Amino acid sequence: TSYFVVTLVFLFLLFCLRLYVVLKSGAKYKPGSKGSVSVLVAVGSGGHTTEILRLLGSLSSAYSPRYYVLAQTDRMSEDKIHAFESSREQGDSEFSVFRIPRSREVHQSWSSSVLSTVNALCYSVPLVFRLKPDLILCNGPGTCVPLCLVGLLLGVLGLKQVVLVYVESLCRVQSLSLTGRILYPLTHYFFVQWAALRDKYPKAIFLGRIV
Amino acid sequence: MKTVFVTVGTTSFDELIEAIISPAAVEVLKDRGYERLVLQVGRGTVFPTSKTCSHITLETFRYKDSIAEDIKNAHLIISHAGAGSCLEALSAGKPLLVVVNDKLMNNHQLELAKQLHSDSHLLYCTCSTLTATLRTMNLSILQPFLLGQPQNFANFLDKALGVK
Repeated sequence: TSYFVVTLVFLFLLFCLRLYVVLKSGAKYKPGSKGSVSVLVAVGSGGHTTEILRLLGSLSSAYSPRYYVLAQTDRMSEDKIHAFESSREQGDSEFSVFRIPRSREVHQSWSSSVLSTVNALCYSVPLVFRLKPDLILCNGPGTCVPLCLVGLLLGVLGLKQVVLVYVESLCRVQSLSLTGRILYPLTHYFFVQWAALRDKYPKAIFLGRIV
Repeated sequence: MKTVFVTVGTTSFDELIEAIISPAAVEVLKDRGYERLVLQVGRGTVFPTSKTCSHITLETFRYKDSIAEDIKNAHLIISHAGAGSCLEALSAGKPLLVVVNDKLMNNHQLELAKQLHSDSHLLYCTCSTLTATLRTMNLSILQPFLLGQPQNFANFLDKALGVK
């Protein structure tokens, strides 16, 4: 058993080292130099959808194809996505919509949230491994967490470099959301929209209100 | 007709609806020249009709696919502190009075309403201070709300990712 334990510890340390490398190198990776940047968009519900479509609306046609990943129980976002994509320039509408189980409902307890996030992870792995996006863009709902973790895993295993971009919601003025606190150390570009948060989170990028 | 539009989003906020149709509040609204009151009551149990409130032209509904028209036709918007409602009203350039529901605990949505108030984009009160606020409010101090600039995000990201 001692060999087993040593191997586990070694693998764990190797994993941590790889994670560190992925986080550092992702910040310098420039997928734009190959022409197009494929984007996986983690879509939440309600205001999150509105905000993320505002952000996507500003991105050029180089950010294509766009893979939208929604929670299975989200009924409204798909219509908004289709409306958004039809409003884009002719020929710049390469997109697809996927669904994974919801990671967490609002006010769901800690213990069951861990279980439902692990469930969402099981669906995220084959999806993200298949899509291998250049960029994962998210803005707060629980769907982000498993998708970003799998994005990091692709990098750790040396299969694909994925840049993780997180934009905290406009509603977060003084405090980060739970997803924000989880992903702050794990993303390459973390945006906040109010000065108080920039002061509290020095690694965050502050460009004022962007939605 | 000068119209006041009251919205509670997808929530239930009976205290606000009761406060705004109270005789004292309606009298203040009429004194200030408002002639029509439109109430979007969401999940609330209070659903006023012209029978329950006959002193002002009244219209009540629960939900619509879009309240853009109601916002556009309003001269004053009274809203709960929900971010979506606030931003929709402010983006339409309408004077906004936010009524805080002090029965909701740890409501992080208050952060945005507080910040927008501190930046003079909206007025702020509770159900118990609603009538007094309506009586004394000065809407001319409100600053126009400029929409956020997603282009700044795009420019940053293009540069960071090497997109031409």
